[in-house]
Amino acid sequence: MKNEWPLWEVFIRGQHGLSHRHVGSLHAPDAEMAIKNARDVYTRRNEGVSIWVVKAADIAASSPSDKGPLYEPSQSKVYRHPTFFDIPEDVGAM
Amino acid sequence: MYAQMIKTASTGVKSREEMTEEERRFQDRIDAGEKIEPKDWMPDDYRATLIRQIGQHAHSEIVGQLPEGNWITRAPTLERKAILLAKVQDEAGHGLYLYCAAETLGVSRDELTEDLLSGKMKYSSIFNYPTLTWADIGAVGWLVDGAAIMNQVPLQRTSFGPYSRAMIRICKEESFHQRQGYDIMMKMAQGTPEQKRMAQDALNRFWYPSLMMFGPSDKDSIHSAQSMAWKIKINTNDELRQKFVDQTVPQAEYLGLSVPDENLKWNEETGHYDFTQPDWTEFFDVIKGNGPCNTDRMAARNKAWDEGKWVRDGLLAHARKRAARVAAE
Ligand SMILES: [Fe+2]
Ligand SMILES: [Fe+2]
Ligand SMILES: [Fe+2]
Repeated sequence: MKNEWPLWEVFIRGQHGLSHRHVGSLHAPDAEMAIKNARDVYTRRNEGVSIWVVKAADIAASSPSDKGPLYEPSQSKVYRHPTFFDIPEDVGAM
Repeated sequence: MYAQMIKTASTGVKSREEMTEEERRFQDRIDAGEKIEPKDWMPDDYRATLIRQIGQHAHSEIVGQLPEGNWITRAPTLERKAILLAKVQDEAGHGLYLYCAAETLGVSRDELTEDLLSGKMKYSSIFNYPTLTWADIGAVGWLVDGAAIMNQVPLQRTSFGPYSRAMIRICKEESFHQRQGYDIMMKMAQGTPEQKRMAQDALNRFWYPSLMMFGPSDKDSIHSAQSMAWKIKINTNDELRQKFVDQTVPQAEYLGLSVPDENLKWNEETGHYDFTQPDWTEFFDVIKGNGPCNTDRMAARNKAWDEGKWVRDGLLAHARKRAARVAAE
């Protein structure tokens, strides 16, 4: 059996209320150690107040070749952006 | 640099006509400033070269802990000790960020480690020099981290996404390293005559090895032309070395120390310093394994790996047992 510790992806939430953000990965034998190691590797300068770790093997990802079918449809839907609509200045803030 | 003399896995830059359809599309993405991500198509040579380059960079960060670690227990004050400990811990982190970036290319951590331990993969020549006095710790932070920054700042724009992101993280942390080194040098240079002598001696010994960090001139190399086309190398070795000299000489003057180069002279015409090249015979000798500390460094890494085996195995066995128990419940 391969004796390399599994790879974990690390997500950190900073103190300013933004969502957890992917910061990198590391190897650890289990989740508990992964969190301890993440604390040492990725939060040495107050980068975060909360850590998530996920086994890299458990992450499902979209494939680069699906880029077209997945993301192109939204390009033509400019009306999803507020700037699509011209509202007269007289109406006030909106 | 931290990655010196990386042999690009290719026979030189291909013209557009020689490229396959896929290669053309790949080069277009790079030219357009897009990042290449691990699951994207990439030429085999791009992948192989990056594994070598990022791997060597990672190994340098890890081995680079040894010369500085040498002084942690002997730092002159508790504060200096805490600072040095934090600096060395950062370098361990840099190694880890970079190993992770390399692993996204399909090489495993253990393979990388084994290639370092067997001597198949290299690390920067600079870490094969000893740190003999406390002033050396100042010189290392000032010059060695200074040279590293020269190379790492442009690499933040490299084409491979994970490498670029690792570089951005690393660069944020490096300036602390250089400043704490310069701070030590200032203290020593303004200290007793003996302390000042130690500072000068450290500069004398680290000057040329620092210039070697950028590697021999590669302005005519086809390998480096390919790496530049792929944006995994941004500047030539000579450009970076010149930039380093131009930046460092005034800093030495401020310290009241002299750079050990009789030919060092400001050149009005070029707007740069003229300087003496390091001894490239010495460089190749150190790369081959004959530097003052190569044997020590490799022995220390091998010892850490061998003696840590029972810990790695034990923790993994424990994790597997516990997972099996949970699964059975
Ligand atoms: Fe570093
Ligand atoms: Fe470093
Ligand atoms: Fe550093």
